[in-house]
Amino acid sequence: MKRDTIVILLLLAAGAGWLAYRYRSSGVTTGLGYLAIKSDGIPMSVPMHAARELKDATFSWPRTVGIWAAGFFTLAIFSFLYRDNPIYKIAEAAFVGISAAYWMTVGFWAVLVPNLAGKLFPRLIKFGAVPGLDLDKIVEDLARTSWFGWGIDYESANGDGLTAAWWQLMNLPYWLPMILGAMLLWRLAPKGAWIARWPLAFIIGSTVGFRLVGFLGADFVAQIKASIAPLYVPVYDATSGALDFGRTFYQSMNNVLLLAGSFCALLYFFFSLEHKGLAGKVSRVGIWVLMITFGAGFGYTVMGRIALLVGRFEFLVSDWLNVVAR
Amino acid sequence: MNPALKFLVHLDRRWVFLLMALAVMIPIIWRMEFPEIPTPLVRTVFDRIESLPEGSRILLAFDYDPGSEPELQPMASAWTWHCAKKKHKLYFLALWPVGPQMIQATVDSVLKRDYPQMRYGEDYVNLGYKSGNEGVIKVVVSNLKELYTTDHFGTAINDIPLTRDLVNIRGMDLILNVSAGYPGTKEWIQYASTPYNIPIAGGCTGVQAPLLYPYIPNQMFGLLGAIKGAAEYEKALSDQYPEYARDAAGKRRPEFTKGIERMGPQLIAHCVVLGLIVLGNVILALHRRALRAA
Repeated sequence: MKRDTIVILLLLAAGAGWLAYRYRSSGVTTGLGYLAIKSDGIPMSVPMHAARELKDATFSWPRTVGIWAAGFFTLAIFSFLYRDNPIYKIAEAAFVGISAAYWMTVGFWAVLVPNLAGKLFPRLIKFGAVPGLDLDKIVEDLARTSWFGWGIDYESANGDGLTAAWWQLMNLPYWLPMILGAMLLWRLAPKGAWIARWPLAFIIGSTVGFRLVGFLGADFVAQIKASIAPLYVPVYDATSGALDFGRTFYQSMNNVLLLAGSFCALLYFFFSLEHKGLAGKVSRVGIWVLMITFGAGFGYTVMGRIALLVGRFEFLVSDWLNVVAR
Repeated sequence: MNPALKFLVHLDRRWVFLLMALAVMIPIIWRMEFPEIPTPLVRTVFDRIESLPEGSRILLAFDYDPGSEPELQPMASAWTWHCAKKKHKLYFLALWPVGPQMIQATVDSVLKRDYPQMRYGEDYVNLGYKSGNEGVIKVVVSNLKELYTTDHFGTAINDIPLTRDLVNIRGMDLILNVSAGYPGTKEWIQYASTPYNIPIAGGCTGVQAPLLYPYIPNQMFGLLGAIKGAAEYEKALSDQYPEYARDAAGKRRPEFTKGIERMGPQLIAHCVVLGLIVLGNVILALHRRALRAA
């Protein structure tokens, strides 16, 4: 038998032994988890043997199957840490496929239907998909605000969305995204793929302009403004009014470090000056500033990843295996 | 070369994975917890929500999904509980497709459980998800109803008391954003908070936290950084409102102290990581010395 196989068998045996010990030592309080829904709608994980005797909850087969599927897929993903394998591939493919399908479905029903079809054919959408659409309000708004109606008489509908003609409910500018969207899908057609470049150019151009403004305002100008801070910040005690030396020193040092750190890090990226002598030493400090930043980033990333691992392990031992009571 | 050193130099990384798994699993099973002290950044957010007058309008943007739920749900629950306790009006929305489900899970586990008297549409509303990333923010700061014609459940926005007279989100007293990445806190700062001076606090994953610190305090008044921030907030909440962490019988409510619970495995796992970094460097130094000697 190969060494790998022995190791994995030993680990599985250790896990099974521990589970058996937990189930035996804790009496009837634990067992493989099933999911039930309480009378107030809150899901609860219960041991297998208790699932049939629920008093304030309804046992849920779909959610139970969901928990077991989640348990299987969690272990399948973890199995990659040992070695790439077909079970991992199945879990990976299922995750990607379900995510893409979910995203597309949500995008269709949450955006395309109410925000595009609902603007062009609101009556159809109201009775077919989104009953909450207020047709009267749509007619009123169009009559009041539409400047792009190509001569359509919105006002004669008298604010009655149910009796208005279909074209009196139509918000014409929304044909533009409809046409651009159709052009974007042209990429899938055997001929004329270049047509998709026009809406793509529109998306890229508008996104660039859009994000440029955001970054200029919030990251460039506002960050420069935030970096210009006084180097001496006197802090006075709220009750006595006397100068608080400790907090004054802390606040002032904070600003000094901010200025010095920013300057040194920026100088490291200033290549018009040879990094020798004083400039070399200052840029060296800049490297340290950058390294401390990367270190903070790494530390936080480790914390984030461990938190995700904790979440999965909690699911395995609480919701699924039910060996640690919540 | 020393056989022990040779073994360590060629140590299979899967042993490290196993060690890390044990470092995380054992504190979960033994329920190891450590004391938390709210830091000023967290305290600032707590005090701001605490000091707002009853009925203040708060936008809770839940931009995360089940992938980051272990890290972010504790702070989402804590914020929702705190805002409900102070009787603020809550407007939930999401820029992530699964966000509405996270909102609903929070509503079910926090509001329906502890605040059954709160009424949908009068005290809180779930506006749901819209695609468009920062484009959505750009629209809702000027005309919310241009994009949100209905709420998440298909009810006309004009039929909901909370949103009937809401023109845009500039009138919000506060934005609380729980963010797992893009779009998230950065985009809310860029397109809502900075240009329109809407106060914002972020609760984010560990990966994002260092990137958001530069916005404090001018563009963002507070930040809950990863699970540590959530644990500190839970501590601040349970100090001020003991009923948050314990029920009437004095029994612990673990569903509301997930952040504190998850800091136990964090501490042990971090100690293991630090130990491995030191050990790795020692092994490297010894290996180099052995190579030079050979």
